[in-house]
Amino acid sequence: MLEVKAVSKFFDDFAALSGANLTVPDGSIVAVIGPNGAGKTTLFNLITGQLKPDRGQIVFSGEEIQHLPPHTICHRGIARSFQIANVFPRLTVFENVQVSVLSHQGQSNRLFRPASSLLVRETTEILESVGLGRQGRRLAGTLSHGDQRTLEIAIALGSQPRLLILDEPTAGMSPEETAATLELIKRLARSRGLTILFCEHDMDIVFAIAQSIMVMQHGRTILQAPPDEVRQNRQVQEAYLGGVDA
Amino acid sequence: MALFIVVVLLLPIFAPSFYTYVFALVMVNGLLAMSLNLVLGYGGLYQFHHGVFYGIGAYAIALILTKSPVPWWLAFIAAPIIAALFGLVIGWICIRSTQLYFGMLQISLGSLVWIITSRWYDFTGGDNGINNIPMPSFLTSGKEIYYFILAVLAISIAVMYRVVKSPFGATLQAIRDNPQRCEAIGVNVRHHQLIAIVIASFFAGVAGVLYVGLERSVFPDMLFWVLSLEVFVMCLLGGWFTFAGPLVGAGIIVILRTFVSIYTEYWTMIEGIILILLIFFLPQGVVGFALGRVGRKAQAAEETVQVSERGAKV
Repeated sequence: MLEVKAVSKFFDDFAALSGANLTVPDGSIVAVIGPNGAGKTTLFNLITGQLKPDRGQIVFSGEEIQHLPPHTICHRGIARSFQIANVFPRLTVFENVQVSVLSHQGQSNRLFRPASSLLVRETTEILESVGLGRQGRRLAGTLSHGDQRTLEIAIALGSQPRLLILDEPTAGMSPEETAATLELIKRLARSRGLTILFCEHDMDIVFAIAQSIMVMQHGRTILQAPPDEVRQNRQVQEAYLGGVDA
Repeated sequence: MALFIVVVLLLPIFAPSFYTYVFALVMVNGLLAMSLNLVLGYGGLYQFHHGVFYGIGAYAIALILTKSPVPWWLAFIAAPIIAALFGLVIGWICIRSTQLYFGMLQISLGSLVWIITSRWYDFTGGDNGINNIPMPSFLTSGKEIYYFILAVLAISIAVMYRVVKSPFGATLQAIRDNPQRCEAIGVNVRHHQLIAIVIASFFAGVAGVLYVGLERSVFPDMLFWVLSLEVFVMCLLGGWFTFAGPLVGAGIIVILRTFVSIYTEYWTMIEGIILILLIFFLPQGVVGFALGRVGRKAQAAEETVQVSERGAKV
């Protein structure tokens, strides 16, 4: 479904990515791991169009997308969450998701219909599926950190994506919240048939849900393989699993 | 509230014409401030030179009425559209930058329009402006003008309110809160912001038309950045996260200016002091503050103004 081929990205002289490769098969859960600064977030920003690669191709559903702006890529079927909680703090929880659903349905530019009556069912359904059904009227900025992260996922679901990209979905969460999020991701993958690409520092989570793991270091792909193989790979152990974990 | 509406409706009948005039001026400035707030409070864009579109609307109708045979009603419609077209061009250039750079670029372009207007004597009358602009016969007395302005203001407010509550408005507020996130949910952020600027420019143009109706003259200062700053202050003073706040802010500024100017020449100093007090004591503006008080009492968390207090903590 998604294919990242030899992608490089330079910030001035610094090579944030130099020859990253990634394959995300349809319907799979793929994790990207690597120490801080390995280029995971940069890679995600390239896939979703926030950044443009200097070299290489990104192919989604058979089409090159590396030159497209973020909003177009979203309409092609890729949605994402961000590493830091990234919601619309002064809108209600309901509106946060509704804006996304409106955008997906191409209704963002309607000027003279009250928004409050539009796409209520779709929005409510998404909120309920992530467990925020009862928080709809609260302002997003007042939610707990964990709930804001969950809301982020709900916003991404509003675009009805085929590929969902999650940048450290459990960062800053309590153990209970982490467990709940883990369950949520698994459930979403199953019930919505989503393909999921995520990065995560918590190795327990990675090995618990990923079907394929891509290991990065210094902007390079070391390997991509099923979890068992990754665990046994010596190069990976030296580079990452052994100690450097931050 | 009901009492206030009655007073507004009956004002020209019992009040001296000077008060009627001042209140009409409040309404014109109120519409201008509310139009700015569409992009400022709802769009999060630092539209530093909104007054340009007000001036363009006013000059457009003044020029059409004095220099062309176009009937008055067509001129009334054409002028805001011309203001909106300028909004499209200036906005198209400015949205390439963000935040303060957006505002600075807009001041430069706006000042360009201002300097052209104040120097092009053959066309705009230069420094002298344009005076004695002919008005249709039903808009000659102060009372008639007052009700005309009131009616146009009411219609404009209704339309702007619909826009704010529409999917477009909801998306605009989402862009204000987080443009990057908005792109990632498939919103064409710049396109959306540009439409907002065009709409805001249109209503600024309407305010310009109303001003000409009231004063029957235009002058280049309408396009000077100082006026834009004053409109900006009206929004902040009234509360830029509220819909009606800018109208209240305009009322306070215009009324204070009118009456303080009678006693002292140093109105701008008073205005400066108000601004300083505002920043320290009422960062949410007058309406924002009032709604916040009511909200706390009622423990109602929805749609009130603690919004920005809480938002700021995130």
